[in-house]
Amino acid sequence: MNNLLEPQAVRSETVAQDLGLEIIVAAPQGTLISSGFTSDLLSDAMANAQEGCAFLTIQAHKNTVAVATLTGASAIFVCSSRTVPEDMIQSCKDEGIGLYRSTENQFILSGKLYQLLYTPNASVPS
Amino acid sequence: MIELMYRMKVWDVMTRELRVGSRTSTLAELQGIMRDNNISGIPIAEGGRLYGIISMDDIIRCLQQGAMGDSAADRMTKNVISLEDDMPLSFAISTMEKHRFGRFPVLNKHGELVGILTSRDILVHLLIAMNKEMALLESSLNPQPTSEAGGVLIREYTTRKFDFENAGKASTEIKKILVDRGIGSKIARKVAVASYELEMNQVCHSLGGTLSFKLTEETAEIVAQDLGPGIEDLESALIEGWSTANEWVRSLGFGAGMGLPNTKRVSDEFSISGGPSGTRVVTSFRLRAEPSV
Repeated sequence: MNNLLEPQAVRSETVAQDLGLEIIVAAPQGTLISSGFTSDLLSDAMANAQEGCAFLTIQAHKNTVAVATLTGASAIFVCSSRTVPEDMIQSCKDEGIGLYRSTENQFILSGKLYQLLYTPNASVPS
Repeated sequence: MIELMYRMKVWDVMTRELRVGSRTSTLAELQGIMRDNNISGIPIAEGGRLYGIISMDDIIRCLQQGAMGDSAADRMTKNVISLEDDMPLSFAISTMEKHRFGRFPVLNKHGELVGILTSRDILVHLLIAMNKEMALLESSLNPQPTSEAGGVLIREYTTRKFDFENAGKASTEIKKILVDRGIGSKIARKVAVASYELEMNQVCHSLGGTLSFKLTEETAEIVAQDLGPGIEDLESALIEGWSTANEWVRSLGFGAGMGLPNTKRVSDEFSISGGPSGTRVVTSFRLRAEPSV
């Protein structure tokens, strides 16, 4: 049974592993991911992303890191294998934001993350 | 970059430590000098007067012909294209482009050989100069930590049109200041949202501007003042989804018409004014929760 009310916070390492993410910049040890936010509009994320979330997007550039920092997102998940520029990687290191990449698109990756966060002890289908 | 090439002169970048040969030097001697100094060409000059140049190509040709004992005078390129030391670098670059030689002797205004210029010299010095410019630019973008007196902190940040590289720096720093001050993350975030949106608005839509941040014990205030061209329809600009952003700004994830509505929504006080010479947005935030009644 899915518990739709409260997501559980999951360690970033676990999320990365379960979702099969490529680790580009690992989030600082002990970082928890407690929700997800999927959008390619940075203003939308700025307004609505929650603190501690994973920010799922195809906007692979430095400005995304600024949005993640300002909203207090725990990590950025770049979808659809988008190329990640070097300055974005450096920015994530400087700001202590995890940077991960997936071959999946935003829809599939959101689904997997949702399942992981909202289903206690769920295993994510691969 | 272009400006740098005009500002810099040949003498700023040329190599002054010269290895020269004389007209009577043999090709074998010259090849030795080139090898020992790791250079690929050598001017032939005596007493400051330039007679010609011997390049690696000349050496190879002589090697093939078994003529390494020939003197420089017989083998050198006599019709040498030289540069003057006070020429702007841009001129030197177009000369190099036109003649496609690897190196150019540099003469002073008395016609004396004073240096040699290779494309590598130009590249290295341009990169160094660009780095310096960038550092200068960055330090000018950094806030001047002005008055902290009386518990009031004031910071000013500059934005430039389409400078997405530095966009967000002001907001990131403002948020850090607030968090360091122990202001709750909810309020810090509201201020950060507003400053980010205002910052991005200036970068995406204006000719550049400034973001002034003022922090007192009770309030945080951000004043965004840009240099124009002004918002044609101020009322519409406050409607979510209304946007004048161009395609490539949108492709970066901006220009969704949420900036000003977002800013207004998070601010405790919000006002916008201005005309073609610039738009001014004033937002302020109460840092303490209202006393319960």
